[in-house]
Amino acid sequence: MSSYRALPLLLALLASAAAWSIDPFQFDDPAHTERYKTLIEEFRCLQCQNQNLADSDAPLAVDLRREIADMIRSERSDDEIRGFLVQRYGDFILYRPPVQPTTWLLWFGPLMLLLVSSATVFTVVRRRSQLVEAPLTESKHEDTERFHGDQEL
Amino acid sequence: MIPELGHFALILALLVAAVQGVVPLFGAHTRDAAWMAVARPAAYTQLFLVLFAFVALSHAFATQDFSVVYVANNSNSQLPMMYRLSAVWGSHEGSLLLWTLILSLWTAAVARFSKSLPEAFAARVIAVMGLVAVGFMLFMLFTSNPFERHIPALIEGRDLNPLLQDPGLIIHPPMLYIGYVGFAVPFAFAIAALLSGQLDAGWARWSRPWTLVSWSFLTLGIALGSWWAYYELGWGGWWFWDPVENASFMPWLAGTALIHSQAVTEKRGAFRSWTVLLSITAFALSLLGTFLVRSGVLTSVHAFANDPARGLFILVYLLTVIGGALTLYAWRAPRVASPIATTPMSRETFLLINNLFFAVAAATVLLGTLYPLVIDALGLGKISVGPPYFGFMFAILMAPVVALMPAAPYVRWKTDEPGRVAESLWKPLAIAVAIAALLLPLYWSGLSLFLLGGVLGGCWVIVGTLWYVVRRFRTRPPGRFRLLPAGEMGMILAHFGVGIFVLGVTITNTFSVEQDIRLTPGEEYELAGHVFRFETVETLDGPNYTATQGTFLVSRGDDTVAMLYPQKRRYPQGNQMMTEAAIEAGFTRDIYVSLGEPLSDGAWSVRIYYKPFIRWIWLGALFMMAGGFVAAFDKRYRRTRAAAAEHAAPRVVEQGTAPQGA
Amino acid sequence: MWRFLLPVMVFLAIAGFLYAGLDLNPQLIPSPLINKPAPDFDLPTVNDPARRISRKQLLGQEYLLNVWASWCVACREEHNVITAIAQSGEIPVYGLNYKDTRKNATRWLAQFGDPYVASAHDLDGRTGIDFGVYGAPETFLVDAAGNIRYKFIGVLTPEVIEDEIWPLVATLRSTPAAKAEKPAADKPRAEKPVVEEQDPAE
Repeated sequence: MSSYRALPLLLALLASAAAWSIDPFQFDDPAHTERYKTLIEEFRCLQCQNQNLADSDAPLAVDLRREIADMIRSERSDDEIRGFLVQRYGDFILYRPPVQPTTWLLWFGPLMLLLVSSATVFTVVRRRSQLVEAPLTESKHEDTERFHGDQEL
Repeated sequence: MIPELGHFALILALLVAAVQGVVPLFGAHTRDAAWMAVARPAAYTQLFLVLFAFVALSHAFATQDFSVVYVANNSNSQLPMMYRLSAVWGSHEGSLLLWTLILSLWTAAVARFSKSLPEAFAARVIAVMGLVAVGFMLFMLFTSNPFERHIPALIEGRDLNPLLQDPGLIIHPPMLYIGYVGFAVPFAFAIAALLSGQLDAGWARWSRPWTLVSWSFLTLGIALGSWWAYYELGWGGWWFWDPVENASFMPWLAGTALIHSQAVTEKRGAFRSWTVLLSITAFALSLLGTFLVRSGVLTSVHAFANDPARGLFILVYLLTVIGGALTLYAWRAPRVASPIATTPMSRETFLLINNLFFAVAAATVLLGTLYPLVIDALGLGKISVGPPYFGFMFAILMAPVVALMPAAPYVRWKTDEPGRVAESLWKPLAIAVAIAALLLPLYWSGLSLFLLGGVLGGCWVIVGTLWYVVRRFRTRPPGRFRLLPAGEMGMILAHFGVGIFVLGVTITNTFSVEQDIRLTPGEEYELAGHVFRFETVETLDGPNYTATQGTFLVSRGDDTVAMLYPQKRRYPQGNQMMTEAAIEAGFTRDIYVSLGEPLSDGAWSVRIYYKPFIRWIWLGALFMMAGGFVAAFDKRYRRTRAAAAEHAAPRVVEQGTAPQGA
Repeated sequence: MWRFLLPVMVFLAIAGFLYAGLDLNPQLIPSPLINKPAPDFDLPTVNDPARRISRKQLLGQEYLLNVWASWCVACREEHNVITAIAQSGEIPVYGLNYKDTRKNATRWLAQFGDPYVASAHDLDGRTGIDFGVYGAPETFLVDAAGNIRYKFIGVLTPEVIEDEIWPLVATLRSTPAAKAEKPAADKPRAEKPVVEEQDPAE
């Protein structure tokens, strides 16, 4: 497996992680600078793989930053720039995975889990409030209503 | 000779751990006191042997014994002594040895401080920890022996990765591991409880201080890692949601849920099976982290050199330990579950909501970390899940936590009146809103929903927590000044730390400015009200590197703020380049200068950051850590055996037959 | 009591994926360009800056496009394999000299031998970006219609060539569709008249 050769590679990657180079791209329009900074943080460097384009010093990252800067200067939209990169490198380059059937679980899973476990918590609390000793059980109904109130807090 | 002795000690330690794992367990089962009595001496012997092995490896590093493969791979004759010793855990094999040593230390600590526990229970706990150690020692001896020799010896070693030649990296891994491995203790308590059926408030009370101490170490370890990445990697960030960072963060999230659910189980005897499950999960996530770092299934900046054989071994180990524990849970937990009556408006409910969000947060990090692997395994392509995803999910999941956290301590156990709670909360809430509003002119320029929510949330947590302290002192009997119980003090410190942390994150994320510029010595650049004057560039020689050092004079108006000396180092042994950023740290802002590449005409590329409030992030984490330590030393955890036995008696609250959820 | 079984089941599912993960290489990123037209390029050759080489010129034949550079250590390792393919005469091998100076590239070819029909000189790496190159060496198989059919990342080995490339080339040549777009008017004008004699399906 190619993983056996990973040691020197990883060491090289680690070293490159700490020895970046800077390519001062100047934009005339401050809005361009903002877009540029936001965009290059969203893309993954393919050569060093666990850094974004903004932080990487890999030659490819430098080239891609140059391409992105050029595209921003020629007023291409963010989506066009993303499309340009995805067409060449695939979804792998996006640190923000696109919402599509294969990533539904990723994007909506946490929300579903939150809903399901909230429902569980709700039932548990309600069931337990029904166990409360005699004086309290009378106001069972009221308790449930109060619980609704708390949730909105 | 000494490395062989170390190797031999490790083999003996394995045998001792095996005895420690089997004999007391059998003794506890058959109520045989003599067999149970094996547990403690075995734990101490194991510690001695592993410590011996560790010292032997350290000796090999200190004396530059390049006939040991691991030493040759991770040291060099030029390496300063300090880094020779920290190189012991600089790579896979040695860090495993450190892992095992820390596990032995925890086991011996449990053996020493479990005198008040019922004998059978203590025997089971120590035995389970012995079994955990067996797996790690087998792993080390069969796939990753740090004492392997290379005959003839190499003349010169390769170098320790320059990234690791840093004081931060000397202490970060041990702290992190103490935290990680410490979760083996609540895990062992949970397994012992499942085995004995003794799953009650007393059990939670015994387990709690261990969990708190581990959690505090883990908090410190993660904070150190973040701080190290900030100053050493040279990109000015403090968290990147890298798989390995996530690997340490997941047990932290589960551990945070655990220390809160243990509170409920201890005080009210409720949520027992849930607390057991969290105890298992926190340790399972620690082990999963070990797998992710060492198996090569995920790409990471921090991963160790890895090979699939090692991955397979850890996977089998995971299946045995975690699969076994969860199967035991499925089998035994239904019997111990017994619902305790509570009303919706109670501390219990608030803590359950805390658990809800932390558990979902841990699951989200797990999902995001493993998702690329799942998609790849299913043949659906390769994707990346990075900071934009995690940042988004966390903002959503943590907002309710921040909103509810300061309120929870005001709510009474078992039942409370909403009116009373609201009455005690409106004042701190009003103060927090007022402060956030008064400060508005200061942060108006960067206003966003995130910033407003963060500032308001941070103020609310801090004010709400401080208000609670004031109220607690006010309602105490007059005339006698006494400190609050340590448990409560710890909670206050930790919650206060969360407030500091939230403010730090929000302000840093919004107001940090950075600029990549081209500067020639003699030139100036202005950023965030500061003038950076690039004075000179010179060459320096370090002990095992040569550095190009820039001198920057930072001034504000007529005042000199700092002289900064960023370096670019070259380590000739591995021919690696390192950027050493220069940082002027401050309570309300950091100034960060990093030297890039030489450009044409004597100019250099330079990166300058101005990062307001970034220290608050680590300061908040330190408060959280301190809170955990303080809480762990609450008096009630140091009860006598008699008191413990009294609590060990099953508390019968068996109303109804409804199965316990959660 | 299925609720209490849920944790162990979730764990086993995760363990299953972790097991599958052991055989996957997270560093290998498949190209989205497979079975899509190769990107357009028109570059000077390394050996003669006056002559140009373009995607259009190469239409009508299957060929390998090998991404190499003099600074790429692994390319040196791969060089014998590339030379062997070129010498076998089975398929023409073109080079894409990626982010390299002409001086270094020609010296490298002079030193190790030049197996390429021609090497395109991609000085600024833009063609490389169009091809989704993220590290040399990489090798593309392009069909007669100019579509990328296969990409290999890393050092080519005789096994990969035997097991993956030759079978694919054979399939391409036996499917007439692959030659459908062969443009009559624009015959390739590469140094060697490779098209007719290289195509055994004729």
